Amino acid sequence: MTNNKIGSVMVVGGGIAGMQSALDLADAGYYVYLVEKGPSIGGVMAQLDKTFPTNDCAM
Amino acid sequence: MCAEKCPKKIIDTYNAGLSKRKSAYVEYPQAVPLKYVIDPETCIYLLKGKCGACKKKCPVDAVDFDQKPESKTISVGSVILAPGFETFSPEAFENYQYAKHPNVLTSLEFERILSAGGPTQGHVARPSDHKDPKKIAWFQCVGSRDLNRCDNAYCSSVCCMYAIKEAIIAKEHVGDDLDCAIFFMDMRTHGKEFERFYDNAKNKSGVRFIRSRVHTINPVPGTDDLELRYVTENGELQTEIFDMVVLSVGMQTPKALVDLSARLGIALTEGNFAETASFSPVTTSRPGIFVSGAFQGPKDIPQAVVDSSAASAAAAELLADVRNTCTKETEVVPEVNVLGDRPKIGVFICHCGTNIAGVVDVPKVVEYAAELPYVELATDKLFACSQDAQDNMAELIKEKGLNRIVMAACTPKTHEPLFQDTLVAAGLNKYLFEMANIRNQDSWVHKNNPEMATEKAKDLVRMAVSKIALQEPLKEVELPVNQTAMVVGGGISGMAAAKSFAEQGYETHLVEQSTQLGGQAKNLYMTAKGESIQEKLAEMIDSITSDNRIHVHLETRLTNVDGFVGNFESTLSSSGSDQQLEHGVAVLATGASPYKPTEYGYGTDDRIITSLDLDKKLINDDPSLTKLNGAVFIQCVGSREPGRMYCSRICCTHSIENAIQLKEKNPEMNVYILYRDIRAYGEKELLYKKARQLGVIFIRYNIDDKPLVNTDGQRLTVNVTDHILNMPLELEVDMVALATAIIPNADEKLGNFFKVAVNGDGFFIEKHAKLGPSEFSTDGVYLCGLAHYPKPIDESIAQAKASVARAVTLLAKQTVFSSGTVALADPMLCSSCGVCVSICPYSAPKFAEEGRFSGKAEINPALCKGCGLCVASCRSGALHLKGFDNNQILTQIFEMDEAV
Repeated sequence: MTNNKIGSVMVVGGGIAGMQSALDLADAGYYVYLVEKGPSIGGVMAQLDKTFPTNDCAM
Repeated sequence: MCAEKCPKKIIDTYNAGLSKRKSAYVEYPQAVPLKYVIDPETCIYLLKGKCGACKKKCPVDAVDFDQKPESKTISVGSVILAPGFETFSPEAFENYQYAKHPNVLTSLEFERILSAGGPTQGHVARPSDHKDPKKIAWFQCVGSRDLNRCDNAYCSSVCCMYAIKEAIIAKEHVGDDLDCAIFFMDMRTHGKEFERFYDNAKNKSGVRFIRSRVHTINPVPGTDDLELRYVTENGELQTEIFDMVVLSVGMQTPKALVDLSARLGIALTEGNFAETASFSPVTTSRPGIFVSGAFQGPKDIPQAVVDSSAASAAAAELLADVRNTCTKETEVVPEVNVLGDRPKIGVFICHCGTNIAGVVDVPKVVEYAAELPYVELATDKLFACSQDAQDNMAELIKEKGLNRIVMAACTPKTHEPLFQDTLVAAGLNKYLFEMANIRNQDSWVHKNNPEMATEKAKDLVRMAVSKIALQEPLKEVELPVNQTAMVVGGGISGMAAAKSFAEQGYETHLVEQSTQLGGQAKNLYMTAKGESIQEKLAEMIDSITSDNRIHVHLETRLTNVDGFVGNFESTLSSSGSDQQLEHGVAVLATGASPYKPTEYGYGTDDRIITSLDLDKKLINDDPSLTKLNGAVFIQCVGSREPGRMYCSRICCTHSIENAIQLKEKNPEMNVYILYRDIRAYGEKELLYKKARQLGVIFIRYNIDDKPLVNTDGQRLTVNVTDHILNMPLELEVDMVALATAIIPNADEKLGNFFKVAVNGDGFFIEKHAKLGPSEFSTDGVYLCGLAHYPKPIDESIAQAKASVARAVTLLAKQTVFSSGTVALADPMLCSSCGVCVSICPYSAPKFAEEGRFSGKAEINPALCKGCGLCVASCRSGALHLKGFDNNQILTQIFEMDEAV
């Protein structure tokens, strides 16, 4: 069983959630395929103006 | 160029449809990757075979109309689904006029209006006539908590909070006179620091909160205004005119995703979110496939970030034995030794598109820079951060033998690491780099004064050049990372964290001060999803104690912590004896405790109990429960009031769940829940609905008019004002259950050990409220569970896994590099006064204990953060901050002086 395992992960969706998963896995030693249907990553968060509580620019 | 020439204008989805873009486009200026694409669904050439304007005009021949979609098959060990959500479209709600009236917007559209990068550049103007609005209304729960007009019975969890944020930002943009009114059913501000934000919005910013569901919006004839009719809390019909209405639209799973889930064989919940269990919150019904973000359930950004890290931990647990089998090592370029060489400075000046070049005369700055001392080369770049510009920079470094680089561009905050990587790739020490901030601190702030902005750019470049000429390569100390983890706290969160470390192959020490594992979960009966907590807890404890990679230390306290990231040395004290533990990372899962009420007669009568007391009765299947004729739950006991201005998040769901239990035991029982706002967020809303269907009676009370519990030895009664009838009620019951607040255990001493802080409420402060929820600012230290904020079991376990995922990114590196920008002590000048030792917040300086310079200060570069406090405080001038040495600062000041 162990021998059949593959050390790579596919992450579907390039929004804040997908990006975080992809970064964590890549930094932990796994090859990551990040799949996003749009032309750029960032998801809905990139459309937000500012975020609570720091009022940091969401970008 | 392609977008400029493209004749096809289509709706800009990025701006939520409020503006137009071309068929050839880049989504937004900060898009990653920043590459123009052609939208195949609207491109005239691709649809009709004619046009091709973009191809003709593209100077680098990048347009290729022949690209076809390709299918690729890849083999992976695991899949994480993070496909997100779509916002509910309110077009079908005719009574809200969304489709017909331009001044009725969705919240996402309003978000674009607030944004400086949006269609109005952040100017709040109403779409119909671009007039500044005087009154804006928000409608909550549009497409959420609604089965009559849409199928979304759940609460979208985020809309209350974003509506308040939008109202406050709108007031900032328009001015304090802007009247913002939020129409809502229950105000759900159950997140960390949310209640205070709500309170401030209401009491400081003057946002009006109106508890009413508006039925209809009518356009006011002859104007662009909108008339709202609603019924106030007192039952009066009101008519009010607004300039704009924002519909707070909810989240939903897109249809295509529902279909995909069916193809993948992923079970969905009633609300079409991926089904997960409380004790495995990111695991879908299909083995090997994990889920995160809004597809797991409607949630806000911090929760999505937590889940995402949790999902990566879950995948990593599965694949731990094949780690590093598919990754490639990045090649390390040997560093060229430039020490002692004459400075040969390369100056790169970035246009940043038009961001800089639109204001600053870049060619003039290039010309000027070329004449500065030691400058070998000065050139400009359209986008210095683009891949081709970076490649060219690396070539120039080699070709011209450059040994110092100045980049005049955007800001080091975001781009310095990128440019430094290029230096490293070209064989230069990364500290031989200096950035002149000619965008954020020049072209952006002086856009009305281009001539002076150009002069300022020259000044900034001159200062940077003078500083970098004095710079020497700096060394980063490479330190091994101890591969052992320590988890403090043996509750659900601590155990979940320990288990995840162990499953990923790390030796783990779990420290618990009490006599047994389990924490607060020992007192809990059932999860919101109906799982038996005691059963699951027993399984969990068993899996911890039987795991030989986990060392459980019961009745043990942490009494000291030395060391730093990757190399901590902690003292564990147990019944008088101490044990030293070396570990690389630490997770703090110190939990919380229930508030012991002093109100509502608690302690005076056995029939007045807390929610946890009731859980105990349920766990023991106490027969007295079936015999009760009436029971009252009182919510927010010790929460959401001055002194504890936070929502304990789980109590509404907990009481609803227990009320259902009582109703199911005895349907004849009168069960009342006295609440302020029901905060059954996400799909917990369905539980709320179920309770109402079972006949649980919900009565809302006001904080100024709290219920009164009376006991005369015989009768137990509760007096409350009914919110619908506006009349006093007396409820005669046999039990009063108090939903008490959750109070963090975090003690200051523990915080001090790791240099982590707690907020005003006593919860640990995470690194970043949104993007770093499960880690501390102190490197190598992580947090999860109730010590972070009250949360249910599923969210605690998710955060436990998340903290481990973050910790593993550090452990996996095996070594850490300290920063090169650290203080250095010159022992010849040191007078051993000790000011540096006492002033340093990081304990980096200490007196050398042996050798020639025994008694003189020395700096541990691994602990030093380069803040410079010690350097400024050293009265002997013995301390230097590498990279910011006195001569470097002074030369910049002298060069600046030349400007004035």
